[in-house]
Amino acid sequence: MNLHEYQAKQLFRDYGIAVSDGIAASSAKEAEKAALSLGVSKWVVKAQVHAGGRGKAGGVEVVDKIEKVREFADKWIGANLVTFQTDADGQPVNQILVETCTEIENELYLGAVIDRASQRLVVMASTEGGVNIEEVAEKTPEKIFKVEVDPIEGINAMDADKLSSLLGLNDSQSSQFRSIYKGMAKLFLEKDLALLEVNPLVITGSGDLLCLDAKINIDSNALYRQEALNEMRDTSQEDERESKAAEWDLSYVALDGNIGCMVNGAGLAMGTMDIIKLHGGEPANFLDVGGTADAKRVAEAFKIILSDKNVNTVLINIFGGIVRCDVIADGIVEALTVMGVSVPVVVRLEGNNAKVGLKTLDECDLNIIPASNLQEAAELAVKASKGEIS
Amino acid sequence: MSILINKDTKVICQGFTGGQATQHCIQCIEYGTQLVGGVTPGKGGQTHLDLPVFNSVKEAVSQTGATASIIFVPAPFCKASILEAAESGISLIICITEGIPTIDMLEVKVRCDNLGVRLIGPNCPGIITPGECKMGIMPGDIHLPGKVGVISRSGTLTYEAVKQTTDLGFGQTSCVGIGGDPVPGSSFIDILDLFQNDPKTEAIVMVGEIGGTAEEAAAEFIQSNVTKPVVSYIAGVTAPAGKRMGHAGAIIAGGKGTAEDKFKALEKAGVHTVKSPADIGKGVAEITGW
Repeated sequence: MNLHEYQAKQLFRDYGIAVSDGIAASSAKEAEKAALSLGVSKWVVKAQVHAGGRGKAGGVEVVDKIEKVREFADKWIGANLVTFQTDADGQPVNQILVETCTEIENELYLGAVIDRASQRLVVMASTEGGVNIEEVAEKTPEKIFKVEVDPIEGINAMDADKLSSLLGLNDSQSSQFRSIYKGMAKLFLEKDLALLEVNPLVITGSGDLLCLDAKINIDSNALYRQEALNEMRDTSQEDERESKAAEWDLSYVALDGNIGCMVNGAGLAMGTMDIIKLHGGEPANFLDVGGTADAKRVAEAFKIILSDKNVNTVLINIFGGIVRCDVIADGIVEALTVMGVSVPVVVRLEGNNAKVGLKTLDECDLNIIPASNLQEAAELAVKASKGEIS
Repeated sequence: MSILINKDTKVICQGFTGGQATQHCIQCIEYGTQLVGGVTPGKGGQTHLDLPVFNSVKEAVSQTGATASIIFVPAPFCKASILEAAESGISLIICITEGIPTIDMLEVKVRCDNLGVRLIGPNCPGIITPGECKMGIMPGDIHLPGKVGVISRSGTLTYEAVKQTTDLGFGQTSCVGIGGDPVPGSSFIDILDLFQNDPKTEAIVMVGEIGGTAEEAAAEFIQSNVTKPVVSYIAGVTAPAGKRMGHAGAIIAGGKGTAEDKFKALEKAGVHTVKSPADIGKGVAEITGW
């Protein structure tokens, strides 16, 4: 789960990490009030969306007149911001962040992530801040410095000093960096983050370190114990169907094709998309019905899949381990009957109670095309999506 | 032979009296697993599925001589349960539970390693040695005792690989689901090493998926350490970048972790790759000449 910049910066403040003074506003009036209360005459105004690339898309501006703050708020609040990281519709802007403007001497990068290879929290720093860090990592990896946090020993100030020296910071900056490093690592571990990024971390005109941006992603598995963060969730930034699916414990990702997929298990769900493509079809979605699917969830899965108007065929691929195929079959029949589904539905059932499930499907008089294995299921679904069978 | 578990393995279950645990323990017992008891704190002294329930793993180990534990406790309690098992003399822990916070796993992994305890999972289907012992949630009847070792990050794709190698009559020595989380207890490399050293395993099927670089690391390991034929399929060629595809670990970040990269690395290491999850069994036949 992602946080907005203004939420992330509040967490930074809570952990004693230096950020600019700023106030989030949800209307032009609020924005004006925020700007005045900051007591400065130059501001940075930033549209709050869950996407990078805001600056280039016009979602960040430096302004020196209060009218301009209002104009910016009027322009963006309620509008959608399209950046290279969003889809063509962009993300809705519900707040802007009004901040004091900082004189920048130098831009650095600071990030923290769980490194899957070393199985450690890794803190990364670079002198190449303010630019696309993925590109730096690819072209000049030697310019990214890394330290690992030992899961047993915990956060060590010596690691901060090591990074300071590699970044070429002076004594006073190193001491500030130590406090940022410790605050950041503590925040990461205590709040169950998956990613924390500060790009740029700047050296100001007066030689101090300040976090100008803040990006935080939280481990969804840990939300049960991070209630305060869970309340910061902004569903307006999420795909409507994905949020709806999540309510039912279904894992759904929308794609561009026309074959709707309902599969148990994330790996097989991806494999099903792959095999559809391999046979010349286009998957419309990734959907994992999970290990405890019942009739109700199958029905909800159908609703979500069919809410995508591109879908002209549905492929159901269930290899029952935990999931019982007879329960799935009952759910399919019920959903098709109640919802009056008109598109062809290709079904492959295997594993736990598959025989009973297949019998159920066989005995109903609905538009169900049975498949006896994965390959055949993919072939039939692709044919159906092209109108060759129905 | 087999790896990790066989007909003599004495198994306990943590979270024994819960609904999912009960359902799967019944199936494990029916399959022939030597389940010798279970642990549910507060229910010690009771009997469940005709087996003794203990309050702690320590008690269960001393009373039953169990060496392996299968964990079904809810995610918030898994860290404590895994560490309890590791510190109580269990040498093989299989954690089925999905949804454990990654930060919990960082510490769990180091502590298990330091104690020399092998952890499989979390978020995995478990392990099976066909015809001998099932410690997991896989449907037992699709398996056949045989000569292929199966390793996978995904549950249902493991079943797919198993079904195909069974249908072709090859069968399996053991099948290990290492789980779909970013920080798994055991890696592909750990299990590849075991299969390489198991005389009964004649070929290996490795099923990977997008995200991380575990498959690339496995490819390097195979090149220098595995002499047995390896067939591999990677799920997620069609997955869009930046999206989490169900498994917490299945996300392509910053251009790293794509299926293409993984296929390339494996092919370079001499692994026979298949692009369709329906061709895994066929791939084994082609590379072995069976």
